[in-house]
Amino acid sequence: MSAPLLEVDRVTRVYSSGGLLTRRRVVAVDGVDLRLDEGRPEIVTVIGESGSGKTTLARMILNMVSPSAGAIRFRGTDLSAVRGTAARLAFMRQVQPIFQNPFEAFNPMKRVDRYLFATARHMAGLAAPADIEAAADRALRDVGLSLAEVRRRYPHELSGGQLQRVAIARALVSRPALLVADEPVSMIDASLRASIVNLLRGLCVRTGVSIIYITHDLATAYSVSDRILIMRLGKVVESGPARTVLDDPQHEYSRLLKSSVLSPEVPSNGAFFHA
Amino acid sequence: MSAPVLEVSGLRAYYRTSAFGTRREVRAVDDVDLRIEAGEIYGLAGESSCGKTTLIKTIANAIQPPLEVLAGSVVFNFRDQRIDMHGASREELRDIRWKRLSYIMQGSMNVLNPVRRVRHAFVDFAFRHIGRSKAEFLDIVRAHLRRLHLEPDVLDAYPHQLSGGMRQRVTIALATVCRPEFIIADEPTTALDVVVQKGVLAMIHSVQREMGSSVIFVTHDMAVHANLTDRLGIMYGGRLVEEGRTADVFRRPRHPYTAHLIASLPRLGDAAPKEGLTGAPPNLADPPPGCRFHPRCPLASDICRREVPPMTERAPGHRAACFHSDQVSPP
Repeated sequence: MSAPLLEVDRVTRVYSSGGLLTRRRVVAVDGVDLRLDEGRPEIVTVIGESGSGKTTLARMILNMVSPSAGAIRFRGTDLSAVRGTAARLAFMRQVQPIFQNPFEAFNPMKRVDRYLFATARHMAGLAAPADIEAAADRALRDVGLSLAEVRRRYPHELSGGQLQRVAIARALVSRPALLVADEPVSMIDASLRASIVNLLRGLCVRTGVSIIYITHDLATAYSVSDRILIMRLGKVVESGPARTVLDDPQHEYSRLLKSSVLSPEVPSNGAFFHA
Repeated sequence: MSAPVLEVSGLRAYYRTSAFGTRREVRAVDDVDLRIEAGEIYGLAGESSCGKTTLIKTIANAIQPPLEVLAGSVVFNFRDQRIDMHGASREELRDIRWKRLSYIMQGSMNVLNPVRRVRHAFVDFAFRHIGRSKAEFLDIVRAHLRRLHLEPDVLDAYPHQLSGGMRQRVTIALATVCRPEFIIADEPTTALDVVVQKGVLAMIHSVQREMGSSVIFVTHDMAVHANLTDRLGIMYGGRLVEEGRTADVFRRPRHPYTAHLIASLPRLGDAAPKEGLTGAPPNLADPPPGCRFHPRCPLASDICRREVPPMTERAPGHRAACFHSDQVSPP
């Protein structure tokens, strides 16, 4: 059996809000287990409605939020032990995020190539300008762009799809082992979603990076993922190989999710809602 | 046959700015003609920055500089009133807004004031149009909410106490309380997850069928169009490029962009990789000559680079603006 890359071990996260007497506890993530193996790159989709805890889970894996109970280990190291600048940088080199909205991820007043160069300098530890540019160009080529197309451009000069590609390239600069993509296509036009999702699949196959893909879009999850976890109110209600789970969902909630997906076919007996 | 509820003819609306002596003109809506009949749901699709929102802003005459209408007209034929949106006085516009022409917007929090109870939103938007005493007005609102299967208690809630889907249902109730003849819906379900989205769409559909209003429904999600709309218009680069009955457009698209939009949709149960469109959307400050889709079009030829294809009828009630319409392969 191969060594684990990421172990999420019975992780729970509780948020409490309100005053002394009106304190409310919200269990955002409740006893979730997940394991990814070294040397077996795969795309694991975490799917669920708003408020199901999928973003909290992603933030814990990125070590931005710490679990209230349970542990997350990356290559055997407990994330709670990742303290101090050097350890954090070493961790971030291996686990990189991709965020939902590329227009919010980039500062509109800053040229996008600077993000790539800064990541190369700080994460990949490169110093010579030529090395930095080469690393940026290589990452951009991985996503179907090149440094020549992106150099000195501002975010508004790129389309949403291109900008999300640059965000993915930025995450690849340090050659991570794991990408955590939190709804990377939900702010992008339906027509461009396909290309971003294909890109994730291609990266997983070509560069061997594992991807945790968080979404509420079942259709793209079906086409790209190897495994799927369906979350509801912090708990994993169903998990397994993506096609098996989505072709024949067992849990009541998974069935509801599947039946809510609007088919892009026009129903033959007039529109769907006419019934 | 009665006149269409909405007639848009030759509409051209540009964003014009002039800074430091440099003139810039963004051609967000260019020569758009469309008609919407009474009681139909008309879908408007297209990628971001193709001019969808500018078009509906112009239709509603919610225009602020630097947006300017250069040509064309927008005429509503309401039951007993004909109104030219760009020729009407402020008073005339104020009288029809919300009463005959209302909006459902994408972000419900942009409509509901976060620090006031939901009840105040109903009073602010609809009280003067309904013209009854306060108590009678609130009774009408409660009856309307019940008809939409919402608890009248939501009137006493603050917006943050409601979930996103519930808030969107409240804004639909708000937009329909005056029983308007025309509703503009701008991406009302884009921010919602699938389960909630389905409920909200069903609600829009049932309230529309009950009141017999016409709806223009804007979204880039083709799956929503397939399930909800009666007719569909596709916009690309500020122009309408195809229009027809939704079923016809899906079955036999007549424009290569539409064919691509339909083919690229991910489907549950189909794991074949989908091709995204190559290239970038056109820069509307400097659009390509001829057909604006030609740089990304697999069928482009010389004429596409020189001339703007006219919108012509290809089948009954099905128009498209493409020189190679007959070569577009069905999905």
